[in-house]
This record gives sequence, C-alpha cells and structure tokens, in this order.
Amino acid sequence: MSMDRRTTIKWMLAAAATVPSLQAIAYTPQSFALDVKADQAGYGTDPDLTKEWRPGGPWPLTLGVDARLTTIALCDLIIPADDHSPAASSVGVVDFIDEWISAPYPQQRADREIILPGLMWIEAEARSRFAKAFAAVTDAQRAAIANDICSAGKAATNFAVAAKFFAKFRDLTAGGFYTTPVGMKDIGYVGNVPLEKFDGPPLEVLKKLGLA
Amino acid sequence: MSFISAAEADNNTYDVIVVGSGAAGGQTAYTLTMEGARVLMLEAGRRYEPATETPMLQTNADAPLRGSGTPQKPFGFWDATIDGGWDVPGEPYTSASDDPARKFVWWRARMLGGRTNHWGRISLRNGPYDFKPHTRDGLGFDWPIGYNDLAPYYDKVEMLIGVYGANDGLENTPNSSPGVLLPPPKPRASDLLIQQRARKLNIPAVAGHRAVLTKALDHKRLPQILHPGNAKAQKILSEDMQKRAACFFATPCGRGCSIRANYQSTTVHLPPALDTGNLDIVTDAMVRAINKRPDGKAEGVTYIDRKTGAEHRVKARVVVLAASALESVRILLNSGVANSSGKVGKYIMDTVGANFSGQVPMLENLPLHNEDGVDGLHLYTPWWLYKEQLAGKLGFARGYHFEFGGGRTMPGMGTAAGLDWLNGGTYGKKFKEDARRYYGSFVGFAGRGEMIPNDDCYAELDPKVKDRFGIPVLRFHWKWSQHELGQAAHMQKTAAEIIDAMGGRYSMKPQSGEKAIKQGGIIIHEVGGAIMGNDPKKSVTDSFGRCWDMKNLFITDGATLCSNADKNPTLTIMALAWRSSERMLELMKRKEL
Repeated sequence: MSMDRRTTIKWMLAAAATVPSLQAIAYTPQSFALDVKADQAGYGTDPDLTKEWRPGGPWPLTLGVDARLTTIALCDLIIPADDHSPAASSVGVVDFIDEWISAPYPQQRADREIILPGLMWIEAEARSRFAKAFAAVTDAQRAAIANDICSAGKAATNFAVAAKFFAKFRDLTAGGFYTTPVGMKDIGYVGNVPLEKFDGPPLEVLKKLGLA
Repeated sequence: MSFISAAEADNNTYDVIVVGSGAAGGQTAYTLTMEGARVLMLEAGRRYEPATETPMLQTNADAPLRGSGTPQKPFGFWDATIDGGWDVPGEPYTSASDDPARKFVWWRARMLGGRTNHWGRISLRNGPYDFKPHTRDGLGFDWPIGYNDLAPYYDKVEMLIGVYGANDGLENTPNSSPGVLLPPPKPRASDLLIQQRARKLNIPAVAGHRAVLTKALDHKRLPQILHPGNAKAQKILSEDMQKRAACFFATPCGRGCSIRANYQSTTVHLPPALDTGNLDIVTDAMVRAINKRPDGKAEGVTYIDRKTGAEHRVKARVVVLAASALESVRILLNSGVANSSGKVGKYIMDTVGANFSGQVPMLENLPLHNEDGVDGLHLYTPWWLYKEQLAGKLGFARGYHFEFGGGRTMPGMGTAAGLDWLNGGTYGKKFKEDARRYYGSFVGFAGRGEMIPNDDCYAELDPKVKDRFGIPVLRFHWKWSQHELGQAAHMQKTAAEIIDAMGGRYSMKPQSGEKAIKQGGIIIHEVGGAIMGNDPKKSVTDSFGRCWDMKNLFITDGATLCSNADKNPTLTIMALAWRSSERMLELMKRKEL
C-alpha cells in the first residue's frame, strides 16, 4: 500500500494506545490497496465532456477486498438506509471513494494519506474491541467506535487523529451520496430540469420568511 | 471564408489581423466583418463547438471526482475551459518574489472564444466616476474619455449579446437606454431575505446584470438599431438571433451553453461574423511577435502552429491585439514595439476579492422548490458608500460590490460537508436529517472591488525563461496597497453584519485585509499593461486603443484600461472594442490606415 511509512506507524501506534494489549490487534491486511502509479496522468486538460464517466475510467481503482469491506461498513454507518433513501454503499459511493483516493491529483493524494491509515485503524479497533472485522460487528458495536471519533471537536486526545479521519471520510461519503439521483432527491434538490419560466419562491416560502 | 489552415492563410490578404477570439477579439471581428472588412482571426487554442461539446444537464455524479476542481480542470470537471487554468503545461510565467502576498497568478484558456466560454456573465457598466477617478480622489489615472463617450457602445453590446437587469438609477451605476435590457429573473428566497435585512443597514440589493437571455432577443428591432443602413448585416444578425434560445433555467453557465442562451464569443460574436463571409479563423496559432515594416508601421504578425511547430507570417493593413491584457503585453514586449513611453507592462490590475459566508437558521427546511434560476446574480449590491468614502470616512479610496447567493443549488462535494461547527459531528440517521436541514441554508457574499494602479504591479519579460515554443515569458511584480487591503477587510466585516441581521452565524470571524484578500490574479479580472491616455509619454494608446508609436496597431482587450472599477471588466472591454473597431473602419475608409 502506498502511504508514508511514518504515517502508518503513527496510526498503528494510535490504534494500539486505545486497546489493552497489542496482541489484540490480529489485523494484518494483505494488499489493502494497490499503489497509485507515480506517473498516472489524470484525465488531462481537455477531457471529453460529452461521454459518460464512471469510477475506474480515468484512472485505475486501488482499494483491495479487505479495504472495500471496511469502506462499505463505514459508508453505511454514516449514511444508512432510512425512510428517505437507501444506504450509501448501495448507490456507488464505495466506488466513488475508491476513485477519489486513487486519483493522481494533490488533494486526493493527500486525502489518501488520511483515508487508508484511517480504514486500517477502524479495522484494528473493531478487532481489538470485539475480535471481529468492522463489517462483522453489530450495529451497536460499530456505534461504540463511531461515538468516540464522530466529533473532531469533542474526541478524546487518543482519538484525535481517528476523528480527523472520520470527518474527512464523512465528507467524502456525503459528497458521493448526495450527488447521486437518490441522494439529490433525499436532500431536496428539485432543479436541473428545463423550465419554460422561472417563478421564484412559492408564496408559502415567502410567508415562512416573513416576506409576504 | 471560414476556419482555414495556416497554409491557406499564408496566401490570403486581409484588412485586419485580430489576435485572440474572446470578448475583445470576438467583438472586434464582429464589428469589422459586419461592416465589410476582411479579417483574419488567430486563436492560440483549439477550435471549440459549444453546440456539440457542452455538458448540458449532466450531474456531478456523471463526472470524475463528482466534478471537483483539479489542477487540470481548476473550476471543476464540467467547466468549459480547455487547456487552461492558472497553470498551462509548457507555458509558464514567473514571479519576481517568493512571497505569496507578492505573487500574481495568471489564468489563461487555450480555446476558441477564450475565457468567454466559462465566465460569470456578470455585465456591469462603469459609471461616470469610474472614468475620472483621479479627478475625484487624486489617485490613479483619468481616462481620456468619459461615460458619455462609451454609453452608446454599452447599449449596443447589451442589445447584441443580451443582458438582463433593471434600471435602478443608483449613484454611479448607470441605467441602460430604454428597451435595451432583458427582464431580470425573479429573486430567490435567500436573495429576498438578504435584501430585506440589508435594507435595515442601508445597504441596497437590486437586480443583477448578466449576459443571459431571460427571453428571446427581438430579432426584428435590434438588428436595425445595431446596423442602420446595412441590410446584409441586419439580415445575418436577425437570422442568427433567432437561433439563440432563451434560458431554460437549468445547467450552470460556466459549462457554456449549447442552446446559446448566454453570451460566449463562440455562440454570439463568431457565428454572424463567419456568416458575412469576411472572417477567416486559424486556430492553434500562437502569436510570437508583431512584424515591423521599414516605415515603422505594423506589417503583420509571426505565429507558431501549435500542432506542427512551424512558423508562419501573415500580413494586413491593420493589426489588432485582443489576446487578453497580459498576453497582448507579452506580444508587445517580445516585439519591441509601441513602447517609447516605457509603459508597456506597467499598471496591471486585478479585482480585489474577499469572500464571506454564513448559515441562516431561518432558511432551514424551507418547502422544496426549484431554485436554479439563471445560475448567478439574481440580485446584487452595487457600491453604496460613495459619499462616506469621498468624505474620507472609510480609510480606503474605492468601492466594491457584493455578488451574493444562497439556496439549494445542484449538490456537489461541498454539500453536507463540514457541518461539524453546526451539529457537533453526527453520523447515521441523524446525519441524514442534518444534511436535509442545513442544505440550502447557507448564504455567500463575494466582495469584488476596485484596485488602484500602482508602480509595484507590473509585468516584464523574464530574462531567462521561455515557453515550449521558445517564446520569452512574463515575470510578474505585485503588491497590494492599503486601499485594497482596507477594502477587503471592509467586505468581510460588512458581509458579517448582513448575516448578523439575518440571524445567521459563521464558522470564522471576519479577518484582516491581509488575510481576507484573494491573491492577485485569482479573480481573473486582470487589466492594464498598455494603458490608454492623452499623453503619448505616459500611455501606450489613445482612447481607441490605437498605439501612439505604431498607428496601424490597435489593442482592444483589457490592456488599455487605466483603471479597474469594481464593475467586472468584460462589458467595458466589449464596448471599447466596438468603439475601436468603428474607428478602424472610418480610418480605413479614409485611407488613413
């Protein structure tokens, strides 16, 4: 996997610090993620804007099988199915996150250095606390981990790095989800439809704002 | 006449060579060809066809990285810009200073129509004060013309390209002539709330002005006004206006517009100009220099075919630089012409920019409705403190306007991101509720203000660095004055006051001017570098963009602007280009060119 070695060690130590003993970490992932090639070109300065673009098209995806399982579980913890819409993983958000962290641009390369160690930390944490993979523990057990790291402002010192990861992962999950047709419908975007005329806000909106 | 190869252009003769195909080049070629001049247009980028290349109605999920900007597509994947941005591979520029505050960054696009394909379409007129700033406050330079000289051309450009807006009659914010403007779009809910609360602070909010067709152009009336006594031009324009559809209130304008509902040179200026049969266009033509005749006049230009690397020379009676202000400066410096004043490259300006945003609880969970509208600037705030400023109460000399907006825009990576400061950080069903609640409840204010020209902001040739064609590149010097810094701080402070008046909140407090101000070049309103004036010793051109030292060389882009009012410069550039082109036609008719 391609992440700075020192970063990895820092993360693994952070993981270890939260558990009673190091033996509890039984997680040694093989092929967690493939490398992003150093000379990966990106889509260029003149990409075809009329064709359909999908993750894996402009550059190869890199998440390994284990990492994808963790990603699915974490996406769906953040955006589960509810009365409005299905869970994030069911509408392609995992492929999107894989596309993001596999992209050859500076922002995405920097995010990769947060996301990959973070996924490993989550996995190690689940195994140390519950002796099971993060994808295999119960919802309540996943929530126990999430509650420790979901707030970057309130997280305990030993969870500070993990909380930073969680915030980044949540932003990616939300961006991936709310841009899809079901996500746009859920959040309440009803535009992108050709109209004969633009009427502005309806009366009930103006009334609610005290403008009518 | 039409799109031709470099080899074909070699054998032709032209009245005018126009370097560049954006707002200035498009307007220049339009005016000249509609009135019968034979024009060769040289564009450094590739041919571009908005009708077939524009991503209309695609969502962000259809794009890599959900449409996010990258170094290869800085304004996002769907942005119309081709081979452009602040860094163009193989075409560097340099900075004299390593201090980020003293660096200028230079946006370019290498495509037919240039930056007009993606610009914000904001079309504001300079007012009477803006032409005589030195007279008003002793700073900068007066223009050699006044508002009344340019007003007829503002009318013409607005009628041709189609600009919506209203005549509000505010100070130094001119009305258009009756029958010129298209109706403005209805304000959004957030616009109306901002308007109501800003009014309590004596801050106005009025209809924006943008080059978007809120209804179809009057193809019977307008061509007669624009081309009196010219039946051929009237017919061509009338037919072309009928091919432009009105806005259908979807798809961001920055992608370009396949139905031609907004202005871009490629959909408004070039089609009728090509229909005259008087325009040839060579694309991938990178102009290196202006060639000089023995009598001191311009002979034509040398350019490099970007695809083959071959050098070509073309000749004409008149040469027009419309390559964008700084590319025109670069061509002048590399040609060693028109610079007896020593002013080429001097007094480059950008727009002062500072942004501020907040969240407004009143706007949470509003009943769902379509808020796309015309994409940008349904309302805006023109500068309102002229009297206080003149009385010396503000501590900085020139004004700014607010471009503001809010509402439920098409979701992207920023939607539902970074909500921690509002909800403390949630996940699961609670997070989904929060996402619904906060979506559309944010308002953003972009302050855009006037920079005063100063001796510390200029461009020169880098003594060593060349681009991939072997052409020397520009080296920039940059420094804001206290006026710009004071203005940037005032922008954020005022935006915060408006948000306060809406009962809103913000994650970060207003900052100092040094922290608030955007880097030079970020707003992409760079002008100056070959300023116009009345004195050949202190300016490069006259008010028509005609170079003092080379009488058949004109500059019609932003390089000649000797001040940069807060009003976005594109409309003024087009009005000046129309006026310059009429001057060229007149001089050619009199055989003085």
